[in-house]
Amino acid sequence: MTEERTAQMTDKRERHVLVVLPHPDDEAFGVAGTVAGHARRGTPVTYACLTLGQMGRNMGIPPFASRVTLPDIRRRELEASCRALGIADLRMPGFHDKMLEFEDPALLDGAIGGLLRELQPSLVLTFYPGHAVHPDHDACGAAVVRAVAALPERERPVVHAVAIARDHERDIGPPDVIVDVRDTLGPKLAAIRAHRSQFQAAELMGTGSYTEEELQARFGTERYWTYRFGP
Amino acid sequence: MRTIEPTEVQRRIDRLQGQELYIHLEQTTGAYAAHLDSTKHPAATFISNARIRYARGSISGGGPYRVGLKMAQGWVYSEGLTHYEEDEQQRLILAGHDQQGKLVVALQLSPEPFA
Repeated sequence: MTEERTAQMTDKRERHVLVVLPHPDDEAFGVAGTVAGHARRGTPVTYACLTLGQMGRNMGIPPFASRVTLPDIRRRELEASCRALGIADLRMPGFHDKMLEFEDPALLDGAIGGLLRELQPSLVLTFYPGHAVHPDHDACGAAVVRAVAALPERERPVVHAVAIARDHERDIGPPDVIVDVRDTLGPKLAAIRAHRSQFQAAELMGTGSYTEEELQARFGTERYWTYRFGP
Repeated sequence: MRTIEPTEVQRRIDRLQGQELYIHLEQTTGAYAAHLDSTKHPAATFISNARIRYARGSISGGGPYRVGLKMAQGWVYSEGLTHYEEDEQQRLILAGHDQQGKLVVALQLSPEPFA
């Protein structure tokens, strides 16, 4: 069942994929392999990264970033990550890190709704609201869901949401979309490494000591829940 | 102080919106944090009686609570809030206390300077 679905997902040719996530590096673990696969098949991918992650606590060891320089450093890391994944269209609407849940919903929904109208994506990737741990993740997913729900039913793209909360399967069941990303593990690992202020590559991936099998087991699958909209 | 009731605190945040206010914002691990546990990094910050005005403010979370205030040029954010002072009619007095009842964080807003 899983294998069959995996094959379907991997071969599905989307018209345009829109990724909406709140922080530079959110793309690297959850959706990087999926996105690189779409880009490789020639599907245009737009990534709207809502903040610059300027409130992040990882500053490098020893620290090479400061509160003043971090936004710019993370912007460059994000651009490098997008190059690795084949994302040609990166949007940075400039919302403030950690503040999405306090932002005027009309501003958030307007920014995302504008992208939906402009790009008319067939697939949107985001966080599953309420099951994404960080308040920014939840607020991002909630805004995407509101903006998509505001479209007429026949114009709504499919929304595949990433859930990471503990016990999320108790509430929303198992993921219904499982993507085998072993073919795009190279770009995915390059995207992770691009965020060098946030991840100490050695701590994450050893010093090249992981075997190919271990890397595939750890990073080779991406899981989504199709968001179900009411009528 | 009383345990935060989000709807009541939200009402008070809304009441102070758009006014010129004094803010006291504070966070502390306590001066003995490293003395009691050498792996802890003691840190404390406060700013008292700075002037602010916010166009939008809200409380969120399921407790401890978070508050965010949107100003013309930036944000005020505080996480870990547990209590509010119910008798204060003109001011908003919020605090977060740990399991020993010690203050960890405070967010206070008032039209008049704090003493």
